[in-house]
Amino acid sequence: MRSANAWVVSADELTILDSHAWREGLESALRQGARPLIMYGRPADAGTAAVVVTAVVEDSGARRTVLRTVLDPYVGYHALTAEFAAMHCFERELHEQHGVRIAGHPWLKPVRFEHTRAAGRDAYAFHEIKGKEVHEVAVGPIHAGVIEPGSFRFMCLGERVHHLEIHLGYQHRGVEALLLARDPRQLAPLVETIAGDTSVGHTWAYCAAIEALARVEVGLEIEAARGVMLELERIAMHLGGLGGMSGDIGFLQGAATYGRLRTTAINTSMRLCGSRFGRGAIRPAGSGTRLEGRPTGLRDVAEALFTLAELRSNIALLSEDVAIINECFIAAGTVRHRLQGVGTVTGELAKEVGLVGMAARASGIARDLRPVAGGIYREHPIEPSVETSGDCWARARLRMDEISRSLVWIAAATESHPRWEPTRGKIGPLAPRQLAIGTIEGWRGEVVHVLETGSDGSLVHYKVQDPSFRNWMGVALAVRDNEISDFPICNKSFDLSYCGNDL
Amino acid sequence: MFESLRVRASQGTQYITDLRKAEPRGFRGRPRIAPAPCEEGCDACASACPTGAITLDPFRLDLGKCVFCAECVEACPAGKITFAEEPRMGATTREALVLVEGREGTNPIEVSQKLRKVFGRSLRLRQVSAGGCNGCELELNALGNVNFDLQRFGIEWVASPRHADALVLSGPLTKNMADAVRLAWDAMPAPRFLVAFGACAISGGLYASAPAIDRAFLEDVAPSLYVPGCPPHPLTFVHAILDLLGVH
Repeated sequence: MRSANAWVVSADELTILDSHAWREGLESALRQGARPLIMYGRPADAGTAAVVVTAVVEDSGARRTVLRTVLDPYVGYHALTAEFAAMHCFERELHEQHGVRIAGHPWLKPVRFEHTRAAGRDAYAFHEIKGKEVHEVAVGPIHAGVIEPGSFRFMCLGERVHHLEIHLGYQHRGVEALLLARDPRQLAPLVETIAGDTSVGHTWAYCAAIEALARVEVGLEIEAARGVMLELERIAMHLGGLGGMSGDIGFLQGAATYGRLRTTAINTSMRLCGSRFGRGAIRPAGSGTRLEGRPTGLRDVAEALFTLAELRSNIALLSEDVAIINECFIAAGTVRHRLQGVGTVTGELAKEVGLVGMAARASGIARDLRPVAGGIYREHPIEPSVETSGDCWARARLRMDEISRSLVWIAAATESHPRWEPTRGKIGPLAPRQLAIGTIEGWRGEVVHVLETGSDGSLVHYKVQDPSFRNWMGVALAVRDNEISDFPICNKSFDLSYCGNDL
Repeated sequence: MFESLRVRASQGTQYITDLRKAEPRGFRGRPRIAPAPCEEGCDACASACPTGAITLDPFRLDLGKCVFCAECVEACPAGKITFAEEPRMGATTREALVLVEGREGTNPIEVSQKLRKVFGRSLRLRQVSAGGCNGCELELNALGNVNFDLQRFGIEWVASPRHADALVLSGPLTKNMADAVRLAWDAMPAPRFLVAFGACAISGGLYASAPAIDRAFLEDVAPSLYVPGCPPHPLTFVHAILDLLGVH
């Protein structure tokens, strides 16, 4: 069954392949050009050490296939990463979380050092290079700015970066375990903090999966409200990113102007749902947003309603001023000089390592879930933005283009759905023995939530995948052969989440 | 050149002239407790709360745990709780963050004469995120934008803890950041103080029961200022820090 943003497969209809057939099936799909959407393990039934491994691949026609096996972790299987680099993060995580032996994997470094403290991290040394002109630069975990922690080790030849090794896990809070500790229908406030800058993207993916499991369909009015919140989140974070890049290269007018325009975008979100980050906007079978609606009772009676006219005036202001500051940004020789040809990831490389979302689109890969999402995105289609040069400039230009498309989209969606009331639908029991995959194209890229129910309809597993998990390798490859001083703009141009990776 | 002037003209003055009087329209801020009696035996709000911020008999709401999700409002049949567009919520003690029915209206921040004397005209902040989801970090960054312009009070972010007077902590304090947080604090010269920013830092928030969390640092070093929210609005921080330093 496939709804707008979720796909449900019955566990009983899934063939459990033996490990050889599973690996061969996966290898042959990847060889024919399919891409991994997600792969994860979970403990098999209690009392055994076996691990159920589920891989979901998507072919070029966006058709998805689920391949499942049960592995003995001590036997494991032979790594796919050596041939298909995009599998590296999945296999590393499978090894880290479940101890599955993965023979022949080139680099089984843990992806997040799940609460191991320093001892765990120190046991897994950084790569080293030796030579007369070689030096290393260690950065982090605490960075110079107001930003999440992570550790970077640069191996440099003079000023040139030969290799960057990224060391994450400092933000690990144990999200996936907590998601199993509460009623699966009441997880929205927690899901909103998986990556706080993608609250809307993650919560929509979660709600889509839960609604599919409860066989509930939401109407287009709720879909429209969710779409507007998602596009506002995209606009705000892209504006913030462009402001950050401007600051990093000393283009101060950009830093100031993009910063204040972001304020307009997030304050619009706040008028719609009470939070600048879209917290409370999306709930299973419902929504907490209102436009032209009655007072919600969530605030004092004197609360001013947000009218369609006010929303339109904010969108008009953004459209007008973003266009002008974009022109200034594009025309400035200093900006072009710092961004063009810096931090390049070729399309071939992006495909090979499995980049997703805006980082992939900036390297010429026209992959975006929204055109195939259905629901409100069928009523109001949005074409993916694509750039081809794969450098910091391409990622900046892509974000500008996505902002303007999202602004146009919001205007159109609110034209046909001009009035929203907060609503709460009923979510009944979840269907037993199902696998639900919720996917949303968040501002960074695809957000994937996989929920599995057991025979009594309770959750037996919850797997979260933020696009950052797939894209951190892109940052490491982008800075190769660049000057170390260009690292901040390379990093900012990808704008990845630390906690979204560390979970 | 002409374009630069055009966007500058369109921008006008974005600076919020008086931050103390600014009203964040639409903000789901400080909760208000209505005097309406609860239905006998009803605990719908408390069981809907994802962080256990609400306890009953008497009705108490802990701003240090509240994530402002309004699930309690949705659950309550009696309209007991509303959220006002009020950003003032900071406190200097953990107890003062607990709103008790009938006593929730007081402003608990007292000016610290000691801190006012040293930092009243110049304060340098070092931010450390220890499991923060980037919500708190983005709002702290927003304090430096052209709207809030916190620098007008002589308050600025610095890169090194050695240059900092106060540590602004966000996130529930992960085990993997426990050592780094201590190192940052130890690197700060005295006099110094700690600010707990957001529900996670104050109480562990949604992550209080997670085994990946280690909050021992906060047992050794008590915050001088608590800034509630999830994430807190920049104005919540502005009011709290200015109240603490006695800046008007």
